[in-house]
Amino acid sequence: MLDIKSISKTFNAGTVNEKTALNGLSLHLDEGDFVTVIGGNGAGKSTMLNAVAGVWPVDEGVIEIGGVNVTRLPEHKRAKYLGRVFQDPMTGTAANMQIEENMALAARRGQFRGLKPGITRKEREFYKEKLAELGLGLESRMTSKVGLLSGGQRQALTLLMASLKKPKLLLLDEHTAALDPKTAAKVLEATDRIVGQDSLTTLMITHNMKDAIAHGNRLVMMYEGRIIYDVAGEEKKKLHVSDLLEKFEQVSGGKFANDRMMLA
Amino acid sequence: MVNILTLFNALPGACAQGLIWGIMAIGVYITYTILDLADLTVDGTMCTGGAVCIVMMSTGHSVGVSLLCAFLAGMLAGLVTGVFHTAMGIPAILAGILTQLGLYSVNLRIMGNKSNMAISADKYDLLVSLRYIKNVAFYKNTLFVVAVVTVILIAVLYWFFGTELGCSIRATGSNPNMSRAQGINTDFTKILGLMISNGIVAFSSGLLVQYQGFADINTGRGAIVIGLAAVIIGEVVFGRISRNFAFHLLTVSFGAIIYYAVMQVVLWLGLNPNDLKLLSALVVAVFLALPYMKRKYFSRPVKKGGAGRA
Repeated sequence: MLDIKSISKTFNAGTVNEKTALNGLSLHLDEGDFVTVIGGNGAGKSTMLNAVAGVWPVDEGVIEIGGVNVTRLPEHKRAKYLGRVFQDPMTGTAANMQIEENMALAARRGQFRGLKPGITRKEREFYKEKLAELGLGLESRMTSKVGLLSGGQRQALTLLMASLKKPKLLLLDEHTAALDPKTAAKVLEATDRIVGQDSLTTLMITHNMKDAIAHGNRLVMMYEGRIIYDVAGEEKKKLHVSDLLEKFEQVSGGKFANDRMMLA
Repeated sequence: MVNILTLFNALPGACAQGLIWGIMAIGVYITYTILDLADLTVDGTMCTGGAVCIVMMSTGHSVGVSLLCAFLAGMLAGLVTGVFHTAMGIPAILAGILTQLGLYSVNLRIMGNKSNMAISADKYDLLVSLRYIKNVAFYKNTLFVVAVVTVILIAVLYWFFGTELGCSIRATGSNPNMSRAQGINTDFTKILGLMISNGIVAFSSGLLVQYQGFADINTGRGAIVIGLAAVIIGEVVFGRISRNFAFHLLTVSFGAIIYYAVMQVVLWLGLNPNDLKLLSALVVAVFLALPYMKRKYFSRPVKKGGAGRA
């Protein structure tokens, strides 16, 4: 479903701030794969997701989604293949538009937007059902501005919006990192349910190793812009946080101690 | 207090001017509030529309065709600013200033290298005029005509911003990152918004030259400030009454009327007309600063327990 073939990206090339964020990275996802991505700060996790989403062009390499070469497509044209949830709850929704308007925008992802009504009565009923499934009481606040929602509610809504029109690939960029543990758990629960419902192909970044092991069918670890560890199936289920720490120390030479992943 | 009569006599005129500038301010509302862009192109288009309209009319075209051409000329100016901003990456304010400066020459060209052009209500069939304020049938009264035009415009905009395309423009102003993630070409929506906004401004300019009976190269100077003043006054005075979009557009029009009424009063109180622009700038500066200053100097600490929302 997703084919990343040796992509590279260097930021601020030729300046003192030069930073090679992706270094010949390759990754293949089969249809229905739910892959969790871990790695230290600056390992290139978010950069990989942004490269797939087309936030900026990559320097080298090819990205294919469902067999379509999207390497040169701008962000808004790739959007029809992708559902995205971001780390910052503010990023995924339009704050001064209503909940139902946000959903109507998401339901038209990848479609031509003409002079037809922006939202229809039939859609409203459908959105109401979908919101009720979240169990956050948002179904009674359909015309509230999204800016009035809490971070957790906004992330859950963004997640729902990302899956409203079934994407070929769901990109979750540390989407629970800005939430308190209780809310984060709720949003992760919703994630599992939504991904499971449509068996969405998913790439989920997390800094929480326990979450990375508990969710998905495959786990990859990144370091210095490449994938250094890739484990799936039964082997992944048997993993412990200590295994991951050990693995990380092997490749990074013990630089792990002051990394925030320790918190996990 | 004998001369209070002069004030009352001047008020209908101020009201008409306010209504016409209210249409212009609705154009500013589209960029400033909906798209979250400060577009200074309007200082140029507020002259361009009138110049086009007056030249068209004096070469024998009807009012309708002339106003349509004014609208299209404004859209063209918006397109230029939009391309400067999106395709060429120039910050929106600077892109607007560049177009506005260029338009000064264009406007002179349109008016045949003259800095002003007159149009007489005697010779031409004008839609609005200073002379149609009193002692005319109500359907010819400028106040009535502009009010109807404003209501139609608001109805059309209300419909448009409820369509898929209109929603994508609103989304772009609210959150460009989210919009791109939802497949909206934000460059296109920004350009389209700028075009509609400047089209409306130029249309209002076409009405203004008919109303005052002449087009002048300096007409648009400071137009953005008057537009912003109308948007802000409308928001401050009526903003809390309703969240309805059409109502908010209407408050912009009311804001412009209040602005012109207040200006009339300060002139009547004896202010030197040359000081008007200084006064406008100061008033707008104060209103723009208010929300920030309120937050910075008058914010109360959050009560205990108030932050515990997840």
